[in-house]
Amino acid sequence: MESVNAKYVSQKISKTRWRPVSHSSLQQPDIFATGSWDNEDNKISFWSIGNHGSSGMDEGFEGDPQLLCEHKHDGDVLDLQFLDQDRIVTTSSTGAVTIFRHHQNSQTISVSQRWPRVHRYPCDNAPCTGVVCSSPEIVTVGEDGKIIVFRADQEGVIRVIENADSSTIHAVTYLRTTEILTVNSIGQLKLWDLRQQSNSPSQILSLSGDRLPLHCVDRHPNQQHIVATGGQDGMLCVWDVRQGSTPFSLMEAHSAEMWEVHFHPTNPDHLFTCSEDGSLLHWETSTHSDMPSFLQGGRNNSMISRSAMAPAGGNQSLISTWLSGDSSKGRLETTHMLPSQTLSVNSLDVLGQCLVCGTDGEAIFVNRQVPV
Amino acid sequence: MEELDVEPAITNIPAASDGKHLGFAWGPGDILAYETLYMAPGMCAKGSGCSFIHEVRKDEDIYSPILRKLFNESHHIFVGLQTIREDLPSKNKKTQFVSISKNYRSVIRACMEELQQVAASVLVLQVSILLAIELIWNLCEVLFIDAAPAGPLLLHLLDWVRLHKGDVDEKAREVLQSESPAEHHDYWDVVVSYVLQGRFEEARQMLVKQATLQPAARNMYKLMDTLLSKMPFYNPGGTQTLTEFDVKWRHWHEEVDRCLQDNSFASNQHLEIICKILVGDEDTLLEHKELLSTWYHFLVTRLLFCHPTVKPTELHYYAQSCMTMFLDLRSVPEPLDSILLAAFEFDIHQVIKDCSIALNNWWFVAHLTDLLDHCKLLQSHNLHFGSNLREFLLLEYASGLFTHHSLWQLAVDYFDNCPEFGHVYLELQIERVPLDTERKALKVLRICEQRQMSEQVRSICKIMAMRALRNNRLGSALSWSIRAKDAAFATLISERFLQDYCARGTFSDLDLIDNLGPAMLLSDRLTFLVKYREFHKLYEENRFSEAAKLLLSLITAKIAPRSFWMTLLTDALPLLEQKEVSHSAHCALHCGFGHDLCFSGRVQLGEAELKDNSGTK
Repeated sequence: MESVNAKYVSQKISKTRWRPVSHSSLQQPDIFATGSWDNEDNKISFWSIGNHGSSGMDEGFEGDPQLLCEHKHDGDVLDLQFLDQDRIVTTSSTGAVTIFRHHQNSQTISVSQRWPRVHRYPCDNAPCTGVVCSSPEIVTVGEDGKIIVFRADQEGVIRVIENADSSTIHAVTYLRTTEILTVNSIGQLKLWDLRQQSNSPSQILSLSGDRLPLHCVDRHPNQQHIVATGGQDGMLCVWDVRQGSTPFSLMEAHSAEMWEVHFHPTNPDHLFTCSEDGSLLHWETSTHSDMPSFLQGGRNNSMISRSAMAPAGGNQSLISTWLSGDSSKGRLETTHMLPSQTLSVNSLDVLGQCLVCGTDGEAIFVNRQVPV
Repeated sequence: MEELDVEPAITNIPAASDGKHLGFAWGPGDILAYETLYMAPGMCAKGSGCSFIHEVRKDEDIYSPILRKLFNESHHIFVGLQTIREDLPSKNKKTQFVSISKNYRSVIRACMEELQQVAASVLVLQVSILLAIELIWNLCEVLFIDAAPAGPLLLHLLDWVRLHKGDVDEKAREVLQSESPAEHHDYWDVVVSYVLQGRFEEARQMLVKQATLQPAARNMYKLMDTLLSKMPFYNPGGTQTLTEFDVKWRHWHEEVDRCLQDNSFASNQHLEIICKILVGDEDTLLEHKELLSTWYHFLVTRLLFCHPTVKPTELHYYAQSCMTMFLDLRSVPEPLDSILLAAFEFDIHQVIKDCSIALNNWWFVAHLTDLLDHCKLLQSHNLHFGSNLREFLLLEYASGLFTHHSLWQLAVDYFDNCPEFGHVYLELQIERVPLDTERKALKVLRICEQRQMSEQVRSICKIMAMRALRNNRLGSALSWSIRAKDAAFATLISERFLQDYCARGTFSDLDLIDNLGPAMLLSDRLTFLVKYREFHKLYEENRFSEAAKLLLSLITAKIAPRSFWMTLLTDALPLLEQKEVSHSAHCALHCGFGHDLCFSGRVQLGEAELKDNSGTK
């Protein structure tokens, strides 16, 4: 069952994100936004895959993403997040942070707010590498090692943590509503408590071997102490931020940089990673002893998982299956989701049963029947 | 240099003033031209010079957003083609090659359709170029890759012509949708076109409509219907041999000829024409030049009705004669015509050469040549320069791609598949990619590391590290030097840290120094820095004996820079006052200083203090 088609879009895609669907409706997502990079004129675009709720549409060319509207973007789009149903925040390689508003009625995009050059060096712009938002608060990080907090609809910045890091901060995510997590290019995971005024992290975790850069981080949707990161060597690390300062389990995932890691938001036994080596992996963990029967298509590889340390004693049922890297306690199955030989997959997003990803081969892949 | 095949094209630079001498410089894919101050004798000074530089680009196609899809999709197909295993039996390989060729063509068609939808006047030329490309590629697929023998050959050629003459279906649709199709003014044109293309089913269906209108001539229409239905077509999968088919066909041909001689269709001019076409009468065919519209359609039609068992080697006789018959003596054959003729003559090299000249972009010839090379159809004669033809074209194409700000990533795979010079080309080109963000630098680095281009790795890391250092991002600079395993740079960075410490008395970027892990072993200076900071930490935590041991090892290991020896000394002094410092460590420190340090006055001062302390102990 190959319900994955490539749509060639004449721009290298750096980020793709689904527009959030309201939790009350059981609709599948139908609109996603993309940002491009490495073009003379970069763009952000909104696309629709025409999912209209419950109608059981068969896959095929009807599901080809259609371009709704696009807008010029100054500099590479290094990160992109939906602020709410109509607005997205983007960060640029020029160090600017911009909020765009998508007008659904007229299918146009306008710049709603802009903070130019917030990330900079004394005499140059610094690319702003990551953003995370929880409306109306927006937090960005950049190559200048700063963490900046904004509020949508307010001019200026709320707070700047100067010199938060002496190396480049690659990604940021929320741990709790007032705590954020950043990863940098010397392999450290830093916890920041935004309620405190100090400019130093409340906790630093790092890998115990080579200090390779970490590129992406994502938190488990239900268990807030479990965090997954991916880095330059393509290893997937799962950490428990309450215990210890080293990762709980390390798994060999990719043969090159891992660009994004995502837990499935409603079904966190599933994890997705994408990498420079052109592969997109779907990780699935289960505690049942029989093999899940719905794995269809793609290549199936059971990856070796190594525990960095044995799970701490105590109630086994409380420990998430992600942390018990020992394969006897649960199964970890991985599936390749793309045809082989694509260029780097830069970004992915998953919501409901739909997965979208963008590559350096200027193609977008949408899979509407992800087995979760 | 060999003589030129065609006259070089002249490009006017509209913005440059008349009569000025232009200077120029070659770029990787374009030329920069500028006005010089040179004055030809007899000219007078014409005011100040122009301050513009003109960029003249040969290849506009790579900047077209729709054509970009062509480059990306064909790259995907190209990479897939290279991985076809050599050990497959040749029959399987042929089907695979044919399907890959069809993939390429469908990509071209998709682009063409999209361009047609955009409907801007500028793009009409691009659409027609793509049409021509697909036509040529399709013919090459039929003749070279599929290499059908006599019998199926004609069927493939029929398909080829039908695919590229789409207006028949449009006209037919128009006629059928009218109130009375049989009375439409284009009706007979449609019927004749169907017959010319060998689409007898459709022709018969159309004729039925006419037959119902003329009940009196029913017998005639019935006869025509019979003739059309009985024409034999060779069935490649069947048991009939070519000779048997030939006999059958001749029988049918004689029957049609008899009908003609009997004047069976004399009363109906249109049916008479159709009968003459069926018999293969050249004059009648030539009368319908408008419906045929091209000499190759004429060729295939003529073969269909005169010689359906044509062999591939006989094609070029017919092609040449058809072209001469069809085209006016006055008209100059277009490049497309000579390319097609060369294909019918099975002169692959001529086809490639003519296409290279006619098109401004190496895309088509590079991919077609690569596919033909995989089919082992190109004799491996080497060119006067460089390597073989396939590699030459691929290198040219990929070099063109590398000048594009975004498509350079595709070019890497092309270079990978050029065994002789690809690596060198890549080494030279990859250094020119501008590195604006860390992410792009990481991607370029990954490309270099995967191909063991260690020099490029080092140079890129050094560039990024210097940039970081200039912006005072010491952690970033260090992570770049770790990546390149550049001990010298790590030393440089450590010196910066130590200088900072001397200047301010505290360490900056503690999160970095405290958490380096095994990376600190990259350079001596770095190790010293980390250990020194550790010493300070131990001291602050009042773990004096450990601190002393550490300091001692730092001194004896001699990894401290000279400028720091004094600082180390000064650090040692308070330690000597601590009671926790063991006696042995004490003496060791004492001796250590005596041996290694030879500052004159200051050392004596230190020794004096030591003597004091040891005295009190």
